[in-house]
Amino acid sequence: MAIVPEDLHYTSEHEWVRRTDEENVVEVGITDYAQSELGDVVFVELPAVGNRYDLMQGFGTIEAVKAVSELYSPVAGEVVAVNQGLDTSPALVNTDPYGDGWMIRVRVSSPADLDQLLDAAAYNELIG
Amino acid sequence: MSEALRRTPLYSEHVAAGGKLVPFAGYEMPVQYPAGITAEHNAVRTTAGLFDVSHMGEFEITGPQALDLVQFVSSNEASALDVGQAQYSTLPGEDGNLLDDLLVYRFADRYMLVVNAANREKDFAWISRFLDRFDAKLIDRSDEIALLALQGPHAAEVLQKLASIDLAQIAYYRFANGEIDGSSSIISRTGYTGEDGFELYLVAEDAAHLWRAILRAGESLGVMPAGLGARDSLRLEMGYALYGNDLDETRNPLEAGLGWVTKLNKGRFVAGDTLRRVKEEGPAERLVGFRLLQRGFPRPGYDVRHSGRRVGKVTSGTLSPSLGVGIGLTYLPTDLAKPGTAIEIQIRGQPIDAEVVRPPFYTDGSIPR
Repeated sequence: MAIVPEDLHYTSEHEWVRRTDEENVVEVGITDYAQSELGDVVFVELPAVGNRYDLMQGFGTIEAVKAVSELYSPVAGEVVAVNQGLDTSPALVNTDPYGDGWMIRVRVSSPADLDQLLDAAAYNELIG
Repeated sequence: MSEALRRTPLYSEHVAAGGKLVPFAGYEMPVQYPAGITAEHNAVRTTAGLFDVSHMGEFEITGPQALDLVQFVSSNEASALDVGQAQYSTLPGEDGNLLDDLLVYRFADRYMLVVNAANREKDFAWISRFLDRFDAKLIDRSDEIALLALQGPHAAEVLQKLASIDLAQIAYYRFANGEIDGSSSIISRTGYTGEDGFELYLVAEDAAHLWRAILRAGESLGVMPAGLGARDSLRLEMGYALYGNDLDETRNPLEAGLGWVTKLNKGRFVAGDTLRRVKEEGPAERLVGFRLLQRGFPRPGYDVRHSGRRVGKVTSGTLSPSLGVGIGLTYLPTDLAKPGTAIEIQIRGQPIDAEVVRPPFYTDGSIPR
C-alpha cells in the first residue's frame, strides 16, 4: 500500500509538505499514492525561483504517461528553490517521491496555512 | 455505462499480478502492471511481453459462399488469401466510412474475422444484414475464445519451448494449428507492436493455464505481462491506427491511409462505388504522423495548427518511450499532409513546434519485413 510518512503534512490534492531547517521554508512534493496513481512520470514543469503563488494556485504540471495533472501550491508564498534534478530524471517522482523526487521549496507567507494541512492519519483516511 | 463490465478469462491473473484494471471497450482490462507502462513497453522492444487481448471479437464465417460474403463486407482482397494466411482489412459501411478494422483468417473450411471489442455487436449486426444474399453462416465465437499475444524479439524462442510444432515454419501473417503446453491453439504470427511475435487463439478454459506457462517459460529472459498502456505506445510508434482514436465512422479507409488494404477492383463489395468515387476525387484530408521538435506530450484532442490557424486535432499521441520525443497521428488537409510540413501542437495554451513525418516512427523493431 502507499507509504504515508508520519512526519509530513498533506493536501487533498495529494501533495506533501515538509518543514525544513530554515524558518518558514517548506519542501513540497507529491505523495506515493499520487505517483502510483499517475504511473510513469515523464516530465515535471516547475516554476522559476522567485515566483509567488496563492494558496492552492497552480504552480506547475506533472506529465505522466497516462495523464497530465496540475500541481497546486499547498501554501501561499515564494518559491526559493526548485528541484533541477527532475528535469533530467523525472522518474525520481516515482522512485523516491518523498526524497529526491521533491519539487519546490517555498517561503511561506502566512505560516497559519500550515495548520490547515492534513496530518498523516487524515491523509491515510482520505486515500482509504 | 450502466451495463456491468465484462471480464476476460484472465481477469484473476491480472488481479493476482497487481494489474491496474480500467474499463475498456466494455471490459475490465489491465492498463498496466506494477512494472509500469515504460518498463512493459521496453520489455516488448527488447525481450517480450505477454498481452491479454481476449476482449477482441472473433466471428466465424462458413458455407459455400463464405468467401463472397467476406469479399462483400471487407475492403481487402480476401480471395488472395492462402489457407493458413491472415490479412489486415477494414469494414466500411455503404457510405465508405469505417465501421471497424479487422483481421481476416482463411482456414480450409471457414474464415475467421477478428474485430475490435467495442464494435463486436455493431459489426455482427452489420454483416448479418447481408446473410440473405449469400449462402453463408455467421457465428460469433468471441465468448468461447481467449486471445493471448506474446510480442517481442524473443517471443519465438520463449514460445518454442512450449510449442508442439516448429514455429520457424510459420511466416509473418501466417498461422498454424498446434499445441502450446498441451492447449490446442491457433498460432498466428501477427501482432500490433512492430515486433516479431504471436497471437494465440484458444478455448477460454485453457487461457489462465497458458498465461502462466508462457510467463514461466519467459521468466529467465525478462518476459513480463504488458497492459493496454504499453500496447498503445507500441502501436503508435509503428503508426498503426487505433479504431476509436484514429479511425471511426466519420473517416473512410482512403483518408485513413488504408488504401493499401482497400482493393477497389475486386467485384461485389458493399462500399466499392462510394470508395471509387472518393479515390477519383482524392480525399480532402489524410491521416498523418507528426513528431514534436520541442519537449512536450501530445495527447488526443489537442489542437493542431498551421500558419496560425487550427487545421486539425491530435487523434493519438504519446511521448515515445523508445525515441524520447512526442509523436502522434492527426488528420490534415491533403495539401499539408506532406512529410516535412511545419505544424504546431497546442499543448495547454503553448504552441509546440512539430513536423509531419511518415510513420513508422520506430524502425528498429524485430517485425519481419
